[in-house]
Amino acid sequence: MKSGARLGLILLLTPLLLWLVLLILIPHVDMFLVSLRERVGVGEYQVSLANYLTFFQEPLYLWTFLRTAVMSIMATLITLLIAFPVSYFIAKIARGRSRSALFLLCLVPFWVSELVRTFGWMILLRETGIISNLLQWAGLVSGPVEMLYNDAAIMVGLVYTSMLFMVVPLVTTLESLPDEVIEAGYDLGGTNTSVMREIVIPHAAPGIVSGSIVVFMLSLGNYLTPTMLGGKDSLWFTELIYSQFIVRFNWELGAAFGFMLLLLSSLIVWGMLRLTGQTLERTMG
Amino acid sequence: MIPSIPQPRALRAAYVAYVAAFFIFLALPLVVVAAFAFNDSQFPSLPWEGFTWGWFIGSERPMIGAFHERGILRAIGTSAFVAVGVSLLAVAVGLSNAFLFNRYRFRGQGILYIFMLLPLVVPGIVLGISILVFSSRVANGLWDMAQWDVVALRPGLTLVILGQFSFIATIATLVIAARLQKFDRSLEEAAMNLGAGRLVAVRTVTLPYLTPALIGAFVVAFLMSFENFNTTLMLVGSDAPLTIAMFDRLKEGSTPLLNAVSLLLMLGSSLLALVMIAFQRK
Repeated sequence: MKSGARLGLILLLTPLLLWLVLLILIPHVDMFLVSLRERVGVGEYQVSLANYLTFFQEPLYLWTFLRTAVMSIMATLITLLIAFPVSYFIAKIARGRSRSALFLLCLVPFWVSELVRTFGWMILLRETGIISNLLQWAGLVSGPVEMLYNDAAIMVGLVYTSMLFMVVPLVTTLESLPDEVIEAGYDLGGTNTSVMREIVIPHAAPGIVSGSIVVFMLSLGNYLTPTMLGGKDSLWFTELIYSQFIVRFNWELGAAFGFMLLLLSSLIVWGMLRLTGQTLERTMG
Repeated sequence: MIPSIPQPRALRAAYVAYVAAFFIFLALPLVVVAAFAFNDSQFPSLPWEGFTWGWFIGSERPMIGAFHERGILRAIGTSAFVAVGVSLLAVAVGLSNAFLFNRYRFRGQGILYIFMLLPLVVPGIVLGISILVFSSRVANGLWDMAQWDVVALRPGLTLVILGQFSFIATIATLVIAARLQKFDRSLEEAAMNLGAGRLVAVRTVTLPYLTPALIGAFVVAFLMSFENFNTTLMLVGSDAPLTIAMFDRLKEGSTPLLNAVSLLLMLGSSLLALVMIAFQRK
C-alpha cells in the first residue's frame, strides 16, 4: 500500500514537474542568460551587462518602460473606480434573477476575443467613426474629429478589456459580506461614507487586491490595444520587445527587455500583496 | 447603501443610471462590430449604405464573404486545432495536478503550489519569448550535435500549443481542483468497501462527479486558447491562427468582412459558454 501511494505520487508529480520545469523555469532562466550575453563577433558571445546598460542609457527605452508602468497603474485605478460601484450594485442591491443576469452580462465581452473588442473601439473612435459622426450630427463640432491614436484611446481600450477581471473578484467578495453587518453599521449611527469606508471596503480588500493584480498584469503585458489604438507617440513596452525579437532580430536586447518587464510586474505584484497582507494562494487560488 | 436602509430617491436614481451607463459602455463596441457586418459598403464605418448578407455569403469581388474567404477559413481551422490540442493537454495535466494537491501531502507542496500559480502573473509576451529562446537553443544544439533538424522546436503550431498550455494549465488546474475539494471522500471509501479497487473507485465514482468541472475546464481552455494573442504572436510560424490573421488584416485596413468574422466569433463563443453553463447546472 505504501509503495502504491508512492508510485501514485510520482506518477502525478511527473506531468506537473515536466510542465513547470520545461515550459516555465528553464525558459525563464535561459532568457535571463541570453540577456546577459553580448555579441562580440560572428557567433561569439561574452557575458556582460551591455544589454541592461543600453536599456538604462537609451532615453527612449527607459521612458517607454516608465510610461507603460505609470499608464498601467492608472488603468488599474480607473478600472477599480468604475467597477466598484457596479460590483456593489450587483452583489448587494440587485436581487434574484436580475442579479445573475447582470453578472452574466458583465462576462459577455470576455467571451469575445480582445481583437474584436479593440476593433469595436476603432469603429467608434476613428475620424469617420460613430462618435465623430454623432457629435457632428448634434452640431457640437463642425468637422470630423479623430479620437483614435492617442493615450486616451489606449486608456479606454485597456479599461474596457480588463473590466471583467475586476468585476468578478469584487462581486465574489462583496457577496460574502452579510447584509446584517451593513445594517448594523447604519444602526450604530454610520453614514453612507463611513459604512463604506469602515465596513464594505475593508471586507472587499482581498477582491480589490486580486482584481488589481490581474488588471495591472494584463495592461502591462498588453500588445494589441496600444498597437491598434495608440499613435506614433504612444509606444508601449511590449512593442519594443516585439520589435527587438521579430523585426531587428536582436534577441539579446529583447531578452533584457523581457526580463525588465517580468521584474517590474513581479515587484508590483509582490509589493501589492505585502502591502495588504495577502498571499498569492489566497488571491489567485 | 442597502435596500433595507432607505435612501434619498435622487441618490438611488443616480446610482441606477450609473449602472445602466456602465452596461451601455460594455455593450457598445460589440454592438457596433456586429451591426457593421451588415453594411453594404467597403468600410466598416458610416454612412450606412443599406443591409446586406454579402459579407457572410458573398462569393465575388469586391464582396467576398466570410464563408468563401479561404484565408479566414484556414485560420479558423488552425485556431480550432490549436485550441483542441491546448484544452486536451490542459485538462489532462489539470486533472493530475488536482489529485496531486488534493490527495497527497509531501515536502515542498506549498512551494510547488505557489510555483504552479506563477504562470498567471507572468506577462503573456514574456512567456512567449522565453519559450522561443529556449526552444531555439535546444533546436540549434541538436543541429550542431547531430545535424538533426527538429521542426517542432522552430516557431510554429507545436510551440504555439506549448506556449498557450504553459499558462492555461494553471487555470484548468484551479477549475478542477475547486470541484475536487468539494467531493465527499467517504463515497470513494464506500465504493472500496463494496469491493472496488482504488482505481476503479476513482473511475466510477470520482471522475463522474468531476465531469462538469472537466467540461468547464475544457471550454474555458478552448476559449482562452482561441482568443490568445500575446503568447501566440511570439511563437507563430507560417500558419497563423485566427487572431493573428485578423490582426494582420486589420493593420492593412479593415473591410466589413472582419466584422462578419467577429460576429461569427461572438456567436460561437456565446454558444460554447451556454453549453458550459448548461453542464454546470446539472
